[in-house]
Amino acid sequence: MSIVGAKVIRKEDPNLLTGRGQFVDDIQPIGTTHMAFVRSTEAHALIRNIDVTAALECEGVVGVWTAADLNLPALPGVPGLERPALATGKVRFVGEAIAVVVAESKYAAADGTELVIVDYETLEAVTSIDEATADNAPLLYEELGSNTVAEVTTADDHQAIFDGAPHTETIKLVNNRCTAAPIETNACLADYGPAGLTVWASFQAPHHLRNRISAWLGIPQDQCRVITPDVGGGFGQKINFTPEFFVAPVLSKILNRPVKYSQTRSEAMTSMYHGRAQEQEVDIAFDDNGKILALRVFASQDMGGYADGTGMGMPVLTTAMSAGCYVIPNVSIAWRNVLTNTTPIAAYRGAGRPEATYLIERAMDHISYKLDMDPTEVRRQNYIPKDSFPYQTHSELAVYDSGNFEGALDELLNIMDYEGLKEEQNANRTNPEKPLLGIGFSSWLEIAGFGPPGSLEGFGHLGSWESVQIRIQPDGSAIIYTGASPHGQGTVTTFAQIASEYLGIDFDKISVRHGDTATIPQGIGTMGSRQVAVGGEGVKNASLKIVENAKSIAAHKLEANPEDIEVTDGNLFVKGTPSKSLSWAEVATFSFQRLELPEDMDPGSLDTTILQEVPNFSFPSGAYACVIEIDKQTGDARIRDMYLVDDCGTVINPLLAEGQVHGGVAQGIAQALFEEFTYDENGQPTTATFIDYLMPGAPDLPSYKSGRINTPNPNNSLGAKGIGESGSVGTPPAVINAVVDAVRHLGVTHIDMPATPQKIWEVLQGGSK
Amino acid sequence: MIPAKFDYKPAQSKEEALSLLAEYGDDAKLLAGGHSLLPLMKLRLATPEVVVDIGSVDDLSYITDKGDVIAIGALTKHRQVEQSDILKEHVPLLAHSASHVGDPQVRNRGTIGGSLCHGDPASDLPAAILATRATLVISGPSGDRTVTSDDFFTDFWETEVKEDELLTEILIPKCTGEKWGFQKFNRRAQDWAIVGCAVQGGDNPGIGMVNMGSTPVRAAEAENALRSGSSSEEVAELADSGLTPPTDIHGNESYRRHLAKILVQRALDN
Repeated sequence: MSIVGAKVIRKEDPNLLTGRGQFVDDIQPIGTTHMAFVRSTEAHALIRNIDVTAALECEGVVGVWTAADLNLPALPGVPGLERPALATGKVRFVGEAIAVVVAESKYAAADGTELVIVDYETLEAVTSIDEATADNAPLLYEELGSNTVAEVTTADDHQAIFDGAPHTETIKLVNNRCTAAPIETNACLADYGPAGLTVWASFQAPHHLRNRISAWLGIPQDQCRVITPDVGGGFGQKINFTPEFFVAPVLSKILNRPVKYSQTRSEAMTSMYHGRAQEQEVDIAFDDNGKILALRVFASQDMGGYADGTGMGMPVLTTAMSAGCYVIPNVSIAWRNVLTNTTPIAAYRGAGRPEATYLIERAMDHISYKLDMDPTEVRRQNYIPKDSFPYQTHSELAVYDSGNFEGALDELLNIMDYEGLKEEQNANRTNPEKPLLGIGFSSWLEIAGFGPPGSLEGFGHLGSWESVQIRIQPDGSAIIYTGASPHGQGTVTTFAQIASEYLGIDFDKISVRHGDTATIPQGIGTMGSRQVAVGGEGVKNASLKIVENAKSIAAHKLEANPEDIEVTDGNLFVKGTPSKSLSWAEVATFSFQRLELPEDMDPGSLDTTILQEVPNFSFPSGAYACVIEIDKQTGDARIRDMYLVDDCGTVINPLLAEGQVHGGVAQGIAQALFEEFTYDENGQPTTATFIDYLMPGAPDLPSYKSGRINTPNPNNSLGAKGIGESGSVGTPPAVINAVVDAVRHLGVTHIDMPATPQKIWEVLQGGSK
Repeated sequence: MIPAKFDYKPAQSKEEALSLLAEYGDDAKLLAGGHSLLPLMKLRLATPEVVVDIGSVDDLSYITDKGDVIAIGALTKHRQVEQSDILKEHVPLLAHSASHVGDPQVRNRGTIGGSLCHGDPASDLPAAILATRATLVISGPSGDRTVTSDDFFTDFWETEVKEDELLTEILIPKCTGEKWGFQKFNRRAQDWAIVGCAVQGGDNPGIGMVNMGSTPVRAAEAENALRSGSSSEEVAELADSGLTPPTDIHGNESYRRHLAKILVQRALDN
């Protein structure tokens, strides 16, 4: 039986579940000092003075530094908009690092930060896109003359199509600001000694960080080592640069001692990058059959206080993917990036695609409202047929690889009783004992498998490939070294499965190592649902290359032709003559012994490195449905069922694929019903604790009912598309479509995320539409 | 999330705790289950110089039938309150309310006295204490005194317990066989209530409200209606009467007023 596609238990778990995992904060070299930041309590202010006198006298404090003391270059970032390592002259959001304290303990460091006195001259804050783009708005950068730092206008607004269309609709949507809030907050430990710099970091892309730190410090990359040990979740929040990763090495060099930073949750809520925070104006034109004629999208991206390179790309991805699963003959897109006095925005699980899916899937339901047509029928009217791939969209970025969108909907309706639910919905509306029932659909599609050459370079990465090195050990076991940097995805397991499949080596004799720039070939990292589609393909190709060499060695020893050698159950044998066989261990040992090898083969042939490239992105898709119950008296919305049909092409491990979907769906439900990071008019965060930021837990989420279809990815030989972000992409519109469906009979056409009980209650009162 | 420096003084008895409080005055804070104090200390919203740990004062942990009343030691854990057969029989409202506090881990650490002394209007137990018209025994340097639950909660996070005092016992009149109801409206399983209510039936019925004011409060007008035999609809309509619920990120004032009515009706009807 093939091990690819099998429900293999994670190799990672025994270590983690028995407390033997090792996270940055667990690492404690002798002499370690502790770093803490003085963070801005103002959203927008000039810094008049920073008084560190009292902090320097605090027991246990080793030193206190401001930007003026260290004279650091700005962090790597968007040219012209780089963010300072420590605030210089001005602060632009609550939580921005202003000064840094190093002490003998984390307690003394925290004491020290409380004694630093910052004298602010408060400026008026802008906390929304509307405020930031208003005439005479306060400017984050006076010298730019505007808070809008990038803007792309549409080439053709297709106004003639709209003018002539039987129906048009304009929809305004807010994709609420969220924070991923991984269990492990940001952490790093820098040890800069005579032999060079080692940084342990909770990060998703160790080589990326290594390369940037070394360039920033001006030290050769060979003397700069980044280690990402166990990392407790990232969701995109750990691929971007924040001051700690750069300041800690500097202070370690100054002090000649290790410097550790382990962020508190309170800090993480305001200083780790947020996600989403996009507003959209969407116009659609459609005919009497629900066929969409034109789509116009204007996406305004809130960048927060500093423009992050990844954050800048969010509306690019949104507008590239705005047409979703549908044939839309006329699409016009425009977007802008706007600075506000809030926490900076970057990638968060889905990164631009949840925003795209939300807008097009809300638009589909608006068509159904207008035409009084079933939402599944509206979608069927518009799907890209399954024989139309590759499919060139309006965007150069998005050439859909393959898909079967209607097939996914068919399978979805197969695993749910839609007709029965509709009857129940009708009956419940008039029965005071029963909740309102809502059924919401989402036919979603996302861009993943980042990516083809050039795709990640645009976000500042060295390349878009992934590195895989396989080294067969003399005993026939295998170690895979990869630039992928998993932090919960289970890549150690999936890569071992793929290698086992193609090497013919037992799964239990394959280890996967990652997260150390000193031992791993230059890699890219884990982001953009890329590790199976890119790195996994590399594991397969490296395995095949090694097997070819192993067969040559076996053929030489067994006096046969290499093409007659087969690999099964850990042995290499001559086809048809199982008695003529060598174990993998024997072949592996011979591979290191000159005298055992064919004349044209050097020792070390069972060791190969591949930088795996892929020709296109992958486009996972699916169809989700949400069944929600709304308490008629309180407006409380509780999801009864989530039906999930995913199409991620080939599944390596159904257990892990399902786990990825469950986690993503949880985050999608969180965005739709629970989470929103908000600020008051002065830019003070109002949801900076888990009391106010409603991240749901397992008791607050439904069980999921899953189905699956399989449309292979034609651009890699595994056929895999990636599934890391699917749930968070496909879920929010399904949930909101369900919420609105539950109250449609009252004439309601929209409720913003998160659909809180109070909002729904107000709608039930007729308070808003 | 890193507390300021403090001294830790474990007390083995009520007397030792009182003597430590006398010694350190307002520099000291009592630590029982820690579920209110420790988060505040980690956020440095509370910075006591001395933490007096009464967590191991065993003789303040009990649930005893005293005839007309049930006596509960202040250090009795929520879990014990929740599972007590005595309470299930004689004050089922309190046992049920305790089952809604936090999650099992919280309930295995948190104490009834700690929750009451925190005086949080968003907590469940104060509402039950108000509804059942409990009496609270406070020990201090000059001995014990009792206050009614009505007088116990004095301001936001403030109670009648003075700096040199210790809540030691809660006395609750038996409500054996009477009707009762408890409703808690929240978003996540572990959240505090956006609004909640504890309703105790009987000759002198009580309705304690959660998160409907700056202190735990009683819905007095609704209670009067209930006492005079009004219908559940009429009682519920008065649930917010005379109260000033807060507006915050989880619900505005008018939503809370609405929820109060719905929840009281449900508590009465179910």
